[in-house]
Amino acid sequence: MMTQIVFYVFAAVLVLSATMVVCARNPVHSVLFLILAFFNAAGLFLIAGAEFLAMTLVIVYVGAVAVLFLFVVMMLDVRFAQMREGVQRYAPIGAAVGGVLLVELIMAFTHWRVAGNIGQITHLVPSSPTRTNTAALGDVLYTHYIFLFQTCALVLLVAMIGAIVLTLRDRPTGRRQNIDRQHDRIPQESLEMLQVPLGAGVAAQGGFLRPHDSYDVAAVPGTYGTEAWRAREAAEQTQTALVVITPAQGAKGQDDE
Amino acid sequence: MNWTLALPEIVLALSGLAILLAGVMQKRGQAFFSCAMMTLLAFVVTGVLVVISPDGTGYSHVFINDGFARFMKVLSLTGAALSLVLSVGYAREMEIDKFEFPVLILFSTLGAMIMASSGNLMTLFVGLELSSLSIYILCAFARDRVGAAEAGLKYFVLGSLASGILLYGISLAYGFAGTLEYAGLQQAVRGSAVLPAGLMVGIVFVLVGLCFKLSMVPFHMWTPDVYQGAPTSVTAYMAGAPKIAAFAVLLRVMAGPFGSMTPQWQLLIEVVSALSMVFGSLAAIPQGNIKRLMAYSSIGHMGYAMIGMAAGTAEGTRGTLVYLVTYLFMNVGAFAGIVAMRRNGRAVTRISDLAGLGRTDPGMALAMAIFMFSMAGAPPLAGFFGKLMVFYAAINAHLYALAAIGIVSSVIGAYYYIRIVKVMFFDTAVPALDRSPVSVSFVSVGMGLVTVFFVVGLGPVATAAQAAASALFR
Repeated sequence: MMTQIVFYVFAAVLVLSATMVVCARNPVHSVLFLILAFFNAAGLFLIAGAEFLAMTLVIVYVGAVAVLFLFVVMMLDVRFAQMREGVQRYAPIGAAVGGVLLVELIMAFTHWRVAGNIGQITHLVPSSPTRTNTAALGDVLYTHYIFLFQTCALVLLVAMIGAIVLTLRDRPTGRRQNIDRQHDRIPQESLEMLQVPLGAGVAAQGGFLRPHDSYDVAAVPGTYGTEAWRAREAAEQTQTALVVITPAQGAKGQDDE
Repeated sequence: MNWTLALPEIVLALSGLAILLAGVMQKRGQAFFSCAMMTLLAFVVTGVLVVISPDGTGYSHVFINDGFARFMKVLSLTGAALSLVLSVGYAREMEIDKFEFPVLILFSTLGAMIMASSGNLMTLFVGLELSSLSIYILCAFARDRVGAAEAGLKYFVLGSLASGILLYGISLAYGFAGTLEYAGLQQAVRGSAVLPAGLMVGIVFVLVGLCFKLSMVPFHMWTPDVYQGAPTSVTAYMAGAPKIAAFAVLLRVMAGPFGSMTPQWQLLIEVVSALSMVFGSLAAIPQGNIKRLMAYSSIGHMGYAMIGMAAGTAEGTRGTLVYLVTYLFMNVGAFAGIVAMRRNGRAVTRISDLAGLGRTDPGMALAMAIFMFSMAGAPPLAGFFGKLMVFYAAINAHLYALAAIGIVSSVIGAYYYIRIVKVMFFDTAVPALDRSPVSVSFVSVGMGLVTVFFVVGLGPVATAAQAAASALFR
């Protein structure tokens, strides 16, 4: 009885929050509802006795994926209003496609049947009934399917190589350090300690001494401070400099164009 | 636990990691050649290990090694090694001269090998993803060219969709049998009197996903653009090893787990095969770009190779395997010619750029002519024997209509192959192409000899293919 009540609570909240993910106007609210949905799904897993899946859902989906979504939504300037422009026009088509899919799914699963001799086929089952499902999943992943597990690792490695190969560019203006020389430096070579009398200010002492050539000392020869470098730096400055725009009347830093 | 079964794969994977490390250690921009050579060495060593590897099932039935797997693995390794040799000569001009290039080819080949010895639908999927993901990256490898970026993106988006469909099909099969192992699936299919519609949908989806990788006709849309946009040596690779691996899993899955329902899926394979042959030969006719022409040609060739599968017998499988061998060699040879098409240091890909090659570079023109005649199926050359064996199997399996369509479309296809020969030998000469580097000439001459003298090696190849096919139909 108690379990059923808990189930219905989790299930109802899950369905409601899933609906809100789609319907919420503010994308940040959508992501927050998504997190709520994940938590409730984890609760359902707990009721079903899959405690490892429940914890994984919370850690992976709430801890990493949802937070990543939140970052994307808040950091990137995605025009959600623009993305929603077509909703009115495309809604009937979308609903029709969804309806057809639903009917097909219902047809497929009402007539579903498993193999007649399914009892004679070998399946993977936990070695003893007392084995926790964390241990059982560990058996499957790291013992039975170790070959697949390692191959998946290679797939991820290839994805990593791909990301680097396709995006990493060797910038000619990169300020690479000569690590040895950087480590060899000591403060006395580049900085000077001044005794500043109280209330006198530092102007009389020549102002703050700044280590204006320190980077030259530690840089890889020919990469910093040269004429070519200065020219490139100036060119880059003009390209990437922030343009300061005086806010017009009524504009309060928001883009409500 | 018989882990030594996968020794070739383990050695290849480890050497991939070692080559990656060696590439990072070296000075930027200078590591390509040494890494490519190390990769070639790794391919050779792995090939030897594959040949001497024992039969058996390992890793709790995830991995099968048998004659069929060995045959397909040796073929994939050969294709990969040859296309890597093709990429060495013009690496800088094609903008692929980074050490990651050979490493990605290596991992893609590893995926192909894992597919060839899959004993479980999960192995199939993971191997397929390893192989495809590397190819997506390789397509976009010359990242500053719009064509390459388009090819990579297009292939990635469509390929992901196909992988999704394949995975959905696998999940439906799992819902039926409760296991993903081929042996278990076979037992379940044989033991059930009534097969549910859901399982049929699953099998069709698996077929669709694999047919996409093979660029069979209703799922071929990506092929011309990707072939054209990708760097030429990548195209040469794509037309070889991955297709062989996809055929390996298709043959294994259809003969093994779903072998007892051959009548149900046979018509589907026949239709796909017929459409590919007809479309491949008709759509290639108006093409002016030789890479696009090769794309349509490969669609057609996959159709011919599938005839053997449609037959659903060990004899048909043998035909398909021999066809794949001949296709691999003549295809790499033709791509060696395309890689060498350069004028004043710039790549040219129009068929009209070949005009007068018979006078300016008789050796290369002769090699190209041999490959074109072989692809058309002219008798003493390699391509003829492949076609002969699949048509023979189709006739013996009473698929007369399919054999007739195949013969008619190969006659139509001969038109555009022989048109290239005509352009090379009889059209007025345009300025000569650049001299090709030794590595490209080596591949071109070697494949030319193999194509011409294939009849000498036909006996051993057919015997090996027979052994491989009978391993499937045991």
